[in-house]
Amino acid sequence: MDAQNTSAIVVDQLVKRYKGVAAVDGISFQLPPGSITGLLGGNGAGKTTTIAMIMGLVTPTSGTVSVLGMQMPQHRYRVLHRMNFESPYVDMPMRLTVRQNLSVFAQLYAVQNIDERIGSLAAELDLTEFLDRPTGKLSAGQKTRVSLAKALLNKPEVLLLDEPTASLDPDTADWVRSRLERYRSVQKATVLLASHNMGEVERLCERVIIMKRGRIEDDDTPAHLLLRYGRETLEEVFLDVARGRRQSEAAQ
Amino acid sequence: MIDSDAGMEFSFNRVAAMVRRYWYLLRSSWPRILDLIYWPTVQMLMWGFLQVYISQNAGFFAHASGVFIGAVLLWDILFRGQLGFSISFLEEMYARNLGNLMMSPLRPAEFLLALMIMSIVRLSIGMIPVSFLAIAFFGFNLWALGLALAAFFANLILTSWAVGIFVAGLLLRNGLGAESMAWTIMFLFLPLTCVYYPVAVLPEWLQYFAWALPPTYVFEGMRALVIDHVFRADLMIQAFAFNVVMFAAASFAFFKLLQSARVQGSLLQTSE
Repeated sequence: MDAQNTSAIVVDQLVKRYKGVAAVDGISFQLPPGSITGLLGGNGAGKTTTIAMIMGLVTPTSGTVSVLGMQMPQHRYRVLHRMNFESPYVDMPMRLTVRQNLSVFAQLYAVQNIDERIGSLAAELDLTEFLDRPTGKLSAGQKTRVSLAKALLNKPEVLLLDEPTASLDPDTADWVRSRLERYRSVQKATVLLASHNMGEVERLCERVIIMKRGRIEDDDTPAHLLLRYGRETLEEVFLDVARGRRQSEAAQ
Repeated sequence: MIDSDAGMEFSFNRVAAMVRRYWYLLRSSWPRILDLIYWPTVQMLMWGFLQVYISQNAGFFAHASGVFIGAVLLWDILFRGQLGFSISFLEEMYARNLGNLMMSPLRPAEFLLALMIMSIVRLSIGMIPVSFLAIAFFGFNLWALGLALAAFFANLILTSWAVGIFVAGLLLRNGLGAESMAWTIMFLFLPLTCVYYPVAVLPEWLQYFAWALPPTYVFEGMRALVIDHVFRADLMIQAFAFNVVMFAAASFAFFKLLQSARVQGSLLQTSE
């Protein structure tokens, strides 16, 4: 069996153009099951479009995406119930209570023992006291935890996270990261994390894909990236890539 | 934890989840419920009193009592049916929840069925009390139409769903920039489907357009029933045939617009 068949996500020569402008320009990568990978890049680098194509929400101009062996978006309904995602571009309905929102999504994802699952997630994500409160009345940090609870409801084998700690204070962000680490280690899920936060990626990810203007500029482990660019932090590496400094120049 | 075949086939369980979601929303907000009732009541009272006034001054209308009230109640089924469908859809856009739904195992057909069910729920909340008020104020009993009412209702709700489905496709493709269509598109039907007057009133060339619209047959059928006391089953069958065509065309347009929205990437950014 080749790597393509055993990978949880396979992206091959993926292109997305909007009115002739390339948002994603011929990227390829494979993510093995149980891996956690960071997708780094500035605004407009193509991270969100890449995640949307992996979820089947956006149709590629060319190239292919397969998730858990299924081509997206053609066979998305064979695999969407085994995936989930969290993104700052979507919200949970504000007037519904946290419990109502989670139970609706649990039913959509065909989760069994819904009350039990919501109870255990609420305990794990420190949401128990907010379960019967309207989602719109929660703070930004609490809403992020609700979105995370929704993303974990079906115990997804593939979890896509688009800036999961954006707009959170450092303490809450750190708390969310620790829950993600725990979920990934317990469930052996494949996680793809798009982020601007270098510290987050450095802490969570065993592999980093750096995108710029729709292309992959680099793809390696955090340790190797630091070594090759001769930098102390991923933030410095990111700035080298963003400003077009070559590895050799950066290392001097 | 998850059903092994979950997501593979059409699921009434997912339809039920969506209906539950809209029911939670509706019951959480009394202005939403009030909105369902007050405008049909205002309409019914206005047209009812107008009819009372006209029938006191014109011989024909004295024999045709209930034509205007019947028309306004049936028009509200058509208009409110589409609005109930479209507003539930718009709620997802206002809540920025469409991305969550589109990336869940919910199939578009399941989503549409949930919206159809909610349009009936919303319509019932508004129309049932108003129909009783029509009895109390004007002695017009919509329910006394019996089987005819069922035929009128079935045809009107089918048209309202077809229009709602088409508008939902436009909203998916164009975002909230197409919102005004949801509120106003049905008014295009108001003059053409001859809600308050017979088709014969229209210029001949316009009558061809009118007869291509299913509600025209319903309103003609209602007048035949109220004025001549004749139930025109032939009109209902023709309305149903046009409805089948209209529903199929609207569904086709919806799936094409959804496909286009995926290509244009407009499902994540559903704002203007």
